[in-house]
Amino acid sequence: MPELSINPGVEIRNAQLETHHFKVRLSLAFGFALVLSALLLARFAYLQVVRHEDLQTLAEANRISVVPVPPNRGIITDRNGVVLAHNYSAYTLEIQPREIEDIDGLIDRVSTLVEIGPRDRRRFKRLMEESKRVGSLPIRTRLSDEEIARFAAQRYRFPGVEINARLFRQYPQGELFSHVVGYIGRINQRELDRLEADDDAANYRGTDYIGKTGLELSYERLLHGSTGIEEVEVDSGGRAVRTLSRTPPMSGHNLILNIDAGLQEVAYNAIGGRRGALVAIDPTTGGVLAFVSKPGFDPNLFVDGIDPLNWHELNNSPDRPLLNRALSGTYPPGSTFKPFMALAALSLGRRTPEQAIQDPGFFSFGGRIFHDDKVGGHGMVDMYKSIVKSCDTYYYVLANDLGIDAISRFMGSIGFGGRTGIDITGEAAGVLPSRQWKQRRFKEKWYPGETISIGIGQGYNSYTPLQLAAAIATLANDGVMYRPHVVDYVEDSRKAERRPIEPKPVRTLDLDPRHIAVVKQALIGVNEEGTGSRAFAKAGYVSAGKTGTSQVVALKAGVKYVESKVKERFRDHALFVAYAPADRPRIALAVVVENAGFGSRSAAPVARKVLDYYLLGRAPANAPLRVRKDGSDASGG
Amino acid sequence: MHPAVRRVTRHLTRHIDGLLLGLVLALMVAGLLILFSASNGNVARVSAQLANMVIALGVLWVFANIPPHFLLRLAFPVYLVGVLLLVAVALAGEVSHGARRWLDVGITRIQPSELMKIAVPLAMAWYFNRHEAGLRLWNYAVAVVMLLLPVALIARQPDLGTALLITASGFFVMFLAGLPWRIIGGSAVAGLVAAPFAWSLLHDYQRQRILTLIDPTQDPLGAGYHTIQSTIAVGSGGLLGKGWMSGTQTHLDFIPERTTDFVFAVFAEEFGLIGNIVLLLLLLLVVSRGLLIAAAAPSLFARLLAGAITLTFFTYVFVNMGMVSGILPVVGVPLPLISYGGTALVSICLGFGILMSIATHKKLIPT
Repeated sequence: MPELSINPGVEIRNAQLETHHFKVRLSLAFGFALVLSALLLARFAYLQVVRHEDLQTLAEANRISVVPVPPNRGIITDRNGVVLAHNYSAYTLEIQPREIEDIDGLIDRVSTLVEIGPRDRRRFKRLMEESKRVGSLPIRTRLSDEEIARFAAQRYRFPGVEINARLFRQYPQGELFSHVVGYIGRINQRELDRLEADDDAANYRGTDYIGKTGLELSYERLLHGSTGIEEVEVDSGGRAVRTLSRTPPMSGHNLILNIDAGLQEVAYNAIGGRRGALVAIDPTTGGVLAFVSKPGFDPNLFVDGIDPLNWHELNNSPDRPLLNRALSGTYPPGSTFKPFMALAALSLGRRTPEQAIQDPGFFSFGGRIFHDDKVGGHGMVDMYKSIVKSCDTYYYVLANDLGIDAISRFMGSIGFGGRTGIDITGEAAGVLPSRQWKQRRFKEKWYPGETISIGIGQGYNSYTPLQLAAAIATLANDGVMYRPHVVDYVEDSRKAERRPIEPKPVRTLDLDPRHIAVVKQALIGVNEEGTGSRAFAKAGYVSAGKTGTSQVVALKAGVKYVESKVKERFRDHALFVAYAPADRPRIALAVVVENAGFGSRSAAPVARKVLDYYLLGRAPANAPLRVRKDGSDASGG
Repeated sequence: MHPAVRRVTRHLTRHIDGLLLGLVLALMVAGLLILFSASNGNVARVSAQLANMVIALGVLWVFANIPPHFLLRLAFPVYLVGVLLLVAVALAGEVSHGARRWLDVGITRIQPSELMKIAVPLAMAWYFNRHEAGLRLWNYAVAVVMLLLPVALIARQPDLGTALLITASGFFVMFLAGLPWRIIGGSAVAGLVAAPFAWSLLHDYQRQRILTLIDPTQDPLGAGYHTIQSTIAVGSGGLLGKGWMSGTQTHLDFIPERTTDFVFAVFAEEFGLIGNIVLLLLLLLVVSRGLLIAAAAPSLFARLLAGAITLTFFTYVFVNMGMVSGILPVVGVPLPLISYGGTALVSICLGFGILMSIATHKKLIPT
């Protein structure tokens, strides 16, 4: 009990005042609390009403992850279903380089569980240097079940390393089709830029590979297919919780080629150990039956990124295996040019078939002597004999009479010096000499003396084996020229729908059938009694052909000289063009065998083997075919 | 009902404030519901919280039955013990998550800063009550020292959230005790001036929290992640919410600490603006009831204590909701009665017990 104060009334009033003060303060505090609550409510209203849609979108974006589902790449088969390119599923060991500091140490540790060879390491290094994309890079492919089990048990020790099931491209025919099918490789920055420019980047999300050469490149769009989309609900750790929706990918289209793998192999083997090229075409459609460039290479080396050692080897080999000789190697056609010269002379009315010259074994022009192969000459030579015996003097005179302008105009119309438009990218145009070309190329005028050797397919003439094949096919088809095409039809595997690549007549040459008949007759004569007769002795069919030998004046720039080989490499190239059967041609071809000397000796026998196989189904006895006609494999992967 | 049962019941509930208890129980039920959702239907966790609640309600009942004058006698000794324990923590405390907050006392670990949440307002109310007759300015100075001593110890642990809350509770006592306006205004100005200095005393992570508040996108995967994700959760809830157990931010693990400090983000996502308004109203009713009890309290000690407890409760609410909705920095303050966790629940209910004791003991005190 407090002591009694002197003035209790004041004390009581003070207490009342104090209570009053307290209540004022309490009310103020409550008011402040209400203001703060209003602030909270305003904030809730702002977030939940004003910004609701916006934040709802963010929540959805959090929740939903769009995962691309890459399509299966289309399969490539020959006309009989022999698989040339397919996919197989395999487990790969992949590393995410960005998440790892000591890559070498990691690889060392991983290699105690999974075998990682020096080649794998080299390839991985190279991939790492090239790859700008974030993500995992394969270090080992085709893991065995045992390796998978071993690694899985130790997985926790290797963050950033994972095992994935992936589809891989495989080329079962190896180097046999390397220059036709080409190969795929990992998408590089330039290709990525191009995809973005073409608005294709979205379709390539999830795709690591793209066609680099050959059909894989030229039919990339069809082979790739369209990428599917999976909307997955993910948690904050990025783990997929469930799939919300799925648009399945559409597999790429399959390509079925005109090429007969058996024929391809026969041609490949027939060239033997030499370098060379052979292109065989169905003259009535332009369908390519064989397309060989030798040596080839193993395209499987490129699929996962080639390791530097192999790359160096391929790139620096004097045989230049990466060069597609059939498509972009250019050669003087030599005497295979002569039938076309003869055709030009007839069409332009400068010669009749009967008109003959006296061949002394040389032709002199402007103080220069142009020699014939045959010392002493061929005697009286008409058009038939000029082709059958391959008389040079006849064509020296003819070239001089026609002049460079007429020659280049006529040869241009047959397709010389222009791209055929074949469905493989990278075709070379070659050189069809003309005044304009020389002015452009050398800033010099044309000298009439230069026309003389043009007549026998030498001089500046330089064409691809493909052009030669297309030209002889056009002649075989009586002047109706088709665009050569490797792919016969494209198959939509989902709808089982086949879309043929229609034979496309480029143009019909304005030629008199009688003139064509004259030249064709002479070409038959070549194989019966002329320069091709030895190679085509006792053939079971009538064929037409023309030999050629082209001088190797100089090797192309960029080729390294290997001392011991220089001599061989200065030898002439052997050429041969042919078609058969002579009356209703089903196949026309051109073959070039580098540094092999005379066409009659080295190139014509190659053509004979190819024609025998195609027309008679007769495989060369000494070389059993490796290619199996196995259609069941076609669905692979 | 049997008269004997009725008599026992009446005896047991003699010191229970029906309205306050009803509000507390309603909030606890809401807390259990949202915890069930936030923990993805984790029954064990909900049961654990239910057990916490039973214990907390027991503490509430015990303190409701302790007369205020008994507390008055205990106030200063408890405060002294608390400060000594804080010193012991500073000297020999256990470090956990980079902070020295725990003290191992052999049988269990205790966190003295929790005790100070109630001990500081208790002691300050005791002090002002003692000098009721004529408060001088130096009395406030002594009170400030009483406040700042434990606050400094706790801030050094470091535990900024608790230090701020205790500062707030101490300030409430002084404010209600009639702290002159000129002092309040002067301190505010001084505070502004001292802010740069205080900044230099803060730990890096504390600065980071403040910086991140100003611009959460600065560090969206690090310090800003909490705020961004909880703001998204609140906003995506919209007017009516996504529905109980249907919050995507919650159930896909985007909301951090979603059963404890950020449980309100779960609530806002699933029950929307309407749910938020209802929840805030319930909490404000608790505050109103507490302030009414304070206004009607018989002694200065009881008035100050009841007022400070109530206002501190509101401070919890405001800081937590402000943090979740992105207008305050992330400080570890739970939403009272809703967030998972036994300690906070017990200390809050202890406060409510004291409130009820003050509300129900005034007529019984012999004068």
